[in-house]
Amino acid sequence: MFEVIFLQFLNGLDKGAAYALIALGLTLVFGTLGVVNFAHGALFMLGAFCAVLFRQLLTLETVTIDPTKLSPWGQPLEVRAPLVQAWFGDFGAVLVNYSVPASIIITIPIMLLLGILLERGIIKHFYKRPHAEQILVTFGLAIVAQEVIKSFFGPNPIPQPMPTDLRGAADIGAFLGMQANVITYPIWRLIYFLFSAAIIGGVFAFLQFTTFGMVVRAGMADRETVGLLGINIDRRFTIMFGLAAVVAGLAGVMYTPLLPPNYHIGMDFLVLSFVVVVVGGMGSLPGAVAAGFLLGILQSFASMTQVKALIPGIDQIIIYLVAVVILLVLPRGLFGRRGVMEA
Amino acid sequence: MTLLKRGLSRRRVLQTGMAGIIGSGVAPLMFTKGAWAQEFCNNPTGDTVTFGLNLPLTGAYAEEGADEQKAYELAVKHLNGEGDGGLIGVLTPTALKGNGILGKKVAFVTSDSQTKSDVARAGATRMIERDGAIMVTGGSSSGEAIAVQGLCQELGVIFMAGLTHSNDTTGKDKRRYGFRHFFNAYQSGIGLGPVLGQEYGKDRRAYHLTADYTWGWTQEESMKAATEALGWQTVEAVRTPLGAGDFSQFLTPVLNSGADVLILNHYGNDMVNSLTQAVQFGMRDRQANGKDFQIVVPLFSELMAKGAGANIKGIFGTSNWHWNLQDPGTVAFTKSFGAAYGAPPSQAAHTAYVQALLYADAVERAGTFYPPEVIKALEGHEFDGMGNGPTLYRAEDHQCMKNILVVQGNDNPTSEYDVLNVVQEVQRDVVTYDPAIFGGDLGPAEPAPLCA
Repeated sequence: MFEVIFLQFLNGLDKGAAYALIALGLTLVFGTLGVVNFAHGALFMLGAFCAVLFRQLLTLETVTIDPTKLSPWGQPLEVRAPLVQAWFGDFGAVLVNYSVPASIIITIPIMLLLGILLERGIIKHFYKRPHAEQILVTFGLAIVAQEVIKSFFGPNPIPQPMPTDLRGAADIGAFLGMQANVITYPIWRLIYFLFSAAIIGGVFAFLQFTTFGMVVRAGMADRETVGLLGINIDRRFTIMFGLAAVVAGLAGVMYTPLLPPNYHIGMDFLVLSFVVVVVGGMGSLPGAVAAGFLLGILQSFASMTQVKALIPGIDQIIIYLVAVVILLVLPRGLFGRRGVMEA
Repeated sequence: MTLLKRGLSRRRVLQTGMAGIIGSGVAPLMFTKGAWAQEFCNNPTGDTVTFGLNLPLTGAYAEEGADEQKAYELAVKHLNGEGDGGLIGVLTPTALKGNGILGKKVAFVTSDSQTKSDVARAGATRMIERDGAIMVTGGSSSGEAIAVQGLCQELGVIFMAGLTHSNDTTGKDKRRYGFRHFFNAYQSGIGLGPVLGQEYGKDRRAYHLTADYTWGWTQEESMKAATEALGWQTVEAVRTPLGAGDFSQFLTPVLNSGADVLILNHYGNDMVNSLTQAVQFGMRDRQANGKDFQIVVPLFSELMAKGAGANIKGIFGTSNWHWNLQDPGTVAFTKSFGAAYGAPPSQAAHTAYVQALLYADAVERAGTFYPPEVIKALEGHEFDGMGNGPTLYRAEDHQCMKNILVVQGNDNPTSEYDVLNVVQEVQRDVVTYDPAIFGGDLGPAEPAPLCA
């Protein structure tokens, strides 16, 4: 039974890492700019498609027709040769194999630029408008982003293979000195968990230990006073929006080997990440992370056969059930502060 | 001339004669053929006749939907006398002439069902009531098929189902206006069971992950029946939501459940995701109960196999049809589809194309679009040349009886389309069963309902 519970706990951490990472960017935007950003799921999706685009560029091929051979449907056979391997040899093959992690190189600048353009171009005009209008405009932006991606990449999921060395499962039980082949877990899911932890830690460290972060935190606490000190807080908040977009984009990139992305993948996560933010407390970064892991772990345990035998269908509603209970007991969420989104 | 001089005009004579003919009862003999022609839903009056294509272009089964659309477009071309004619020249017997249907050109309208039953029903309603569809066809899920054929029964429009594999479609939910060419879960069990017994032995413990809707339930039931008949035990059968995406929380409990076979009752993107994630969990490298752990996918498609890549190698399942069969019908269709789209057709495309042709052929044989007559032409119809050997559209449940395939993921594919090997062609008499076992009632064909 220990193995079953341990594995389910690991699965919860892995799911929670994804929820926490997405919710972190969402709450970062809300905490700094006060904007309820329904386009955050779309930023996750756009990040995932940075990985898709990168791989498509790496796997460009030359196509030549061999008239001497026919396909089974009677057409001349197309002979395809990968370009990158032709240009770079073995290094090209390695690059294709590691296309998902390598795509981080292009994802960071693309998402940063996209985030800044989005904030300067559209979001800033809605700072002083009601939250309902912010939700409408950002939701509209999400739909536009989806349709653009759908028109370029089609509606179907596009598989992104993980590097061959990182396929399969790691024997964690043997690593911990237990019986071999009892507690095994997919290597990439462990990497995703560690990656999320590193990003979350990096964001916290950035806000905690840099001057930039200190100014941003001061601006989050009292925007007007910081402005009166002659600090251009708007510019810093714009960069924070870009940073939130980068975090969402990186979460999307690293998720692609686990779930082939399509244009709708962001929407699938959006509702869940909002629940995470609300449960954690609006605008609270530690709250978003804690709630992400809490809900991920609970969802995983609720999927156990033994639990479902007691309460059928609990795995489908556990997250919302817990959200209701927490909000009844703690109306501001786990780490919510007085005055945030309160009239 | 004399009569006219006595005051009887030619008009008067014609009127009297006509009245006599009508009065003597000759009229029913002269005009009854086609008298009902004015009294059914979307009776085509112009030069064209419209098919309503209800396709899952987005959602969990979107790949199948896109391939079905290509097949329907090809079928419409062939029916209208364009292209190489495809299977029209191979279908026997056939009344098709390549000049449309009853001399009317075939047109079509489409609707994206999003792989959702309610959206499929709404789309079919729109195509029937707004666009005047004479026949509705398509779909890649049994939930959609059952919802749409119920609607078609209400509105008096024939539904030629696309890819639907649930026993319920031609079982407890069968309808007089609904017809299925695709095989079903029960037939998968009959075909696959003996092969699994031969390959994996009689002492196995199976764990099912099942898509939580009509197809998954009947697939699970049929596979349990087939494997338990071999002597296998069922450890657990867990339902998963359609379109779940991440199946990890359902896969984790499999690892230490005591099972040594995982049966994935999933299809489309769900199947690609659950299989890929199961392989990531190391299930194909595991040992359980002293045996190699195995994964079985009872319903396979080439599109899924392509999406799952190398993960599919060596895995057993069943298919309705495969493009690398060598009968004249398969060769003709693969060539025609490949020339049009640069890739071989999937089983979803095949069944869609065949259904469009079979409807057109039935109308030609009936000599009318009046649905009850078309239904009569399809019920009990025997045909051949469509790639599955001699086939019967069974009158009792509107299920096609034909050969089905046991397939296996190809260990050494020669191209991205060469992903499945046909292990066995299970003969029609082996997979034929008593339609009474699934119950249901077809309902009446007449009086034909009139749509709004």
